[in-house]
Amino acid sequence: METQTIYYDNKIVRNFAFATALWGVVGMLVGLYAALQMVWPQLSFDFAPTTFGRLRPLHTNAVIFAFVGNGIFMGVYYSLQRLCKARMWSDLASKVHFWGWQAIIVAAAVTLLAGFTTGKEYAELEWPIDIAITLIWVVFGLNMMMTIVKRKEHVIYVAIWFYIATWITVAMLHIVNSFEYPIALFKSYSYYAGVQDALVQWWYGHNAVAFFLTTPYLGLMYYFLPKAANRPIYSYRLSIIHFWALIFLYIWAGPHHLLYTSLPDWAQSWVVFSIMLIAPSWGGMINGLFTLRGAWDKVKEDPVLKFMVVAVTAYGMATLEGPLLSLKNVNAIAHFTDWIVAHVHVGGLGWNGFLTFGILYWLIPRIFGTQMYSKKLMNAHFWIGTLGILFYAIPLYWAGFTQSLMWKSFTADGIIQYRFLETVTNIVPMYALRALGGLMYLSGALIMVYNIFRTVKTGVLVANEAAHVPVALPREVSGTREHWHRWIEKRPVQMLVASLVIVAIGGIIELVPTFLIQSNVPTIAAVKPYSA
Amino acid sequence: MKFINYLQSITGISIFPLIALIIFTVFFTAMLIYVFAMDKNTVARISHIPLEDNLPSSSFNDPLL
Repeated sequence: METQTIYYDNKIVRNFAFATALWGVVGMLVGLYAALQMVWPQLSFDFAPTTFGRLRPLHTNAVIFAFVGNGIFMGVYYSLQRLCKARMWSDLASKVHFWGWQAIIVAAAVTLLAGFTTGKEYAELEWPIDIAITLIWVVFGLNMMMTIVKRKEHVIYVAIWFYIATWITVAMLHIVNSFEYPIALFKSYSYYAGVQDALVQWWYGHNAVAFFLTTPYLGLMYYFLPKAANRPIYSYRLSIIHFWALIFLYIWAGPHHLLYTSLPDWAQSWVVFSIMLIAPSWGGMINGLFTLRGAWDKVKEDPVLKFMVVAVTAYGMATLEGPLLSLKNVNAIAHFTDWIVAHVHVGGLGWNGFLTFGILYWLIPRIFGTQMYSKKLMNAHFWIGTLGILFYAIPLYWAGFTQSLMWKSFTADGIIQYRFLETVTNIVPMYALRALGGLMYLSGALIMVYNIFRTVKTGVLVANEAAHVPVALPREVSGTREHWHRWIEKRPVQMLVASLVIVAIGGIIELVPTFLIQSNVPTIAAVKPYSA
Repeated sequence: MKFINYLQSITGISIFPLIALIIFTVFFTAMLIYVFAMDKNTVARISHIPLEDNLPSSSFNDPLL
């Protein structure tokens, strides 16, 4: 077969890798600061930008969109080029994407600290930033799709399906949830109101978890876990089922955030989809862990695999816990308590954090043509990070149950037994332990930054990595019959449309009924809403 | 107000759930049949894609291709 030499762009991968490490540390630092305020409230210094109310959205936005966001792009830009056997479609688009995303992060940090917010969780950023996110997201999508179109490999590997579904679904969620009336440069009101607003917000909010923290990282798992273990994924068949079942079911799960609220009961019943989600989620976890069958001796030796094993296990734990929390009787215990905070951090610290660290340790020495500076430090990071997760989560589980029990304690006369403040002061020791867990986890990340810094010093970036690829797409020896799914496996645009249809159906059926209500918001003639 | 009141205002609503059910039953059944009927060699080749990308050009002369 006639081949040609092309060059993979590693510079963009390095940029995103450094960005994810940097913003990871920043995001965790803000989280630690907020956690310390739960123990010592005076640390807010009575200064508005450092109060908990502003630090909290800064922390969530930083870890989700800056740390994990840059982590996604790092992994996508590395794996996509290699899976497609093609350089990214446009270096300019890659650059615009990188710098645009970093500018959005900085704008987000500044505006959130200054107190500008839409008040919608994980969608706090005001409308000019929302528009910028949309534009940069389109640049990313265009660059990705055009790279897939010009690929030199027939089959689109399952990791790329997850990237495509991520891109189209995040676009849909972001655009629909960000409909808002701007009334000033940094002030807008949501287009939706009342229970519609709540439902749209949690359709978005839950799927920010699903399609920003989960599906892209599953794509990364399907690429980097086989790479690190040097063996193919346990079951490619299972990965196909995993993909379609997961994206179909996930989009329905939003209403479980609105149990015991004014959301009508019938809409709360969508939680049945949350329960069904256990199946594909565990299918994915099993697929990841079974990839290491017969290679567990390697896990003992290789810190990269250790990080990945804990990541996939945390994914399994969090995706069992999530559906259980969506059951009304379990939710009655957990709702509004610190159990929820523990739950999301098992996912965030364990799944996203550890998979990012594993990928960074695997990828940095490769693009710099060297070895990691210190395996000992990698192991130190692994252990302090793992213990950090435990120190973070276990006290908060304890705190959550304590809160729940105290809130529901009544005296013999039927009066609530504890004042709310007592339920807070009672769990301050748990908050202190949680902050310690966060400090340990952050220390691990700092060890990693030092290790990466030393590694980078010893190597030189292979900015353009040579690869031999076929001049034309190799002709595939066609089998006796072509299955319909093979057809879609070769067609990225159709895959994108199919993914959109699958997620849009769930979204539409979930949202439309409340939109058909003529008026769910009582208005008073004398009051003019949506004005400054 | 019950859910049914909102639904009744959509014309031809009764066919919607039926269509949705058919689409998804067909889609997932077809997917499962496809997945379990997949050719073993094809599965092996596809699952090796991530492992091949750093190899020299000879890797493209994969006998399974």
